[in-house]
Amino acid sequence: MTARTATVEAVGSPKAVRIRTFLANPWGKPRFLAGFAWLYILWSLAPVIIAVQISFNAGRSRSIFQGFSLQWYQGIFDSTSENFDASLLEALGQSLKLAIITMPIATILGVTLAIGLARWRGRGSGAGNTLMLFPLVTPELVMGTGLFLIFTNLFDGFVKLGTFAQVLGLVTFSISYVVIVTRGRLFAIGRETEEAAMDLGASPAGAMFRVLIPLLAPAIFSSAFIVFAITIDDFVISQFLCIAGCQTIPMKIYAAARNAGNPSLNGLATIMMLTSLVAVVCAVLILRRSNRKQGKSGSAVEDFARFEI
Amino acid sequence: MPTPTGDVVGQRRWYYPALAVPGLGWLIVLFLMPFFAIAAVAFGGVDAIFAAPAPAWNPLEWDFATFGSVLRELTGGGAARIYFNRTIVYVAISVSACVLIGYPVAYYTARHGGRLKVLLLSLMIAPFWMSYLMRMLAWVNLLADRPDEPGLINRILTATPFFQEPVNWAAGDVAHLTVILGLVYGYIPFFILPLYASLDRIDGSQLEAARDLGGAPRSTFWRVTLPLSRQGILAGVVIVMLPMFGDYYTPDLMSAQNKTRMIGNRINELIHTSGKSPQGASLTLLLSGFVAILMIYYLVSVSRAAKEARQ
Repeated sequence: MTARTATVEAVGSPKAVRIRTFLANPWGKPRFLAGFAWLYILWSLAPVIIAVQISFNAGRSRSIFQGFSLQWYQGIFDSTSENFDASLLEALGQSLKLAIITMPIATILGVTLAIGLARWRGRGSGAGNTLMLFPLVTPELVMGTGLFLIFTNLFDGFVKLGTFAQVLGLVTFSISYVVIVTRGRLFAIGRETEEAAMDLGASPAGAMFRVLIPLLAPAIFSSAFIVFAITIDDFVISQFLCIAGCQTIPMKIYAAARNAGNPSLNGLATIMMLTSLVAVVCAVLILRRSNRKQGKSGSAVEDFARFEI
Repeated sequence: MPTPTGDVVGQRRWYYPALAVPGLGWLIVLFLMPFFAIAAVAFGGVDAIFAAPAPAWNPLEWDFATFGSVLRELTGGGAARIYFNRTIVYVAISVSACVLIGYPVAYYTARHGGRLKVLLLSLMIAPFWMSYLMRMLAWVNLLADRPDEPGLINRILTATPFFQEPVNWAAGDVAHLTVILGLVYGYIPFFILPLYASLDRIDGSQLEAARDLGGAPRSTFWRVTLPLSRQGILAGVVIVMLPMFGDYYTPDLMSAQNKTRMIGNRINELIHTSGKSPQGASLTLLLSGFVAILMIYYLVSVSRAAKEARQ
């Protein structure tokens, strides 16, 4: 007791000690760090929140909020509105169309590729794995240029630029994400259950459809939602593979952001953002449910944050 | 142990490669072959009448004249060199800013997140899944400079005694800063997430050991945490660098000035100009070669880390 009082007296009041330790090492206690992290989050989200607020603007301005109204959403959906711009609804339709068509194709190709690569113990599997990883790290500009040049030169007989070409490009772009999500789950399941099924007389196809696919279901559904979120947000590939009549929402933003537009553009961006966030939340919830069933600790959000190659 | 019949073994051997075939075939035709198409256009000619590219599909007929002139333009002092240098400067500054801002944030979330970890992570992941273009649009609105309706940033600045007029962020020397802001804002979530993963993997007992052996918090950080997170930093740096080198929409949206155009803007322009696609394709090949070093480094280091994690 006396010793402790003595030290406090020696260095000053508790408050002074706290300030001195903070100054000696501001990183030691996380106060400074905490402030920094929350400031970062504010910086990363506030501009988007303001952009969403502007979509509800009562005035024409895209920079000053002048009161609440839904008129700019009417400008997207209501053809009788004075602000109606048909190209906005067309862009929304095209974005949804691309995402909905791409989702099943990329998911099926990606899931079969993931199972094939994970269970195939041969020379080709290493090369296949490497090939599968490259689309994840190739700049989209390079992929877009390549697809544009091959579609307009070599495949020009049967691929016309437009929705078909965009779907081909988006599937190519998103297959690898499906493989990554599915592969993580495949490693977690292991080979034992399938091998048990085959020892009991199931054929490889039987074991796959009756044992492996049901176990993989959460990963399959969540990767489908991820494909949806990726394709609805995609800009570069959709733009390179379109000439006319296939404008998506990001393309519309790119074309109109610097012009004197009206807040309907923000409304369109808000709709797109909500759609892809809903898709991602679905993906997280599906993974979380399956983690809980398996009694796995840790949250699905954390798994999602670790989502990496 | 029951021995599988020869029939099943034979079926098993072919079954899994066969499953991989459609996916691999798709990637070969629509991912690998496009690179060949880029090469064929770069090393081909241009149709004299229609100004359409006349690709050389046969490698024996490849003509390196256009490619050579683009390469000389890049190594000499031509337009491509200016764009390329600017790209390097933008990327270097933006990536450094990503590290300086991103590291403390990832570190705090991984080490001190506590009960708020899931909330912090969700808020950090959210921008990752918002459209990049939407996030740029948000900044275009914030930085608006029309005198009758200035954006929020200019309203704050003109309220201070230092600025009388709204700043035109898209033009002048400040435009470089605006584009760099756009790049940092756009790509930093992609840096933070892999770094967070690697910081989160660090075993707490290693930090305790450092403390037990007398390490002060600061030296524990510099001598234990930082070296252990090196892989995460490098992975994050590469993963934000790659798309930055192929970026053309950030300068277009944030500034749209000649002086902020990057190499991606040049490629985008050449590819869509009639008669210029061989130049565009040559520049794309050179850019791909340049980033291939980064890509391969990333893939090798990540697959090594994955193998270690599985053992």
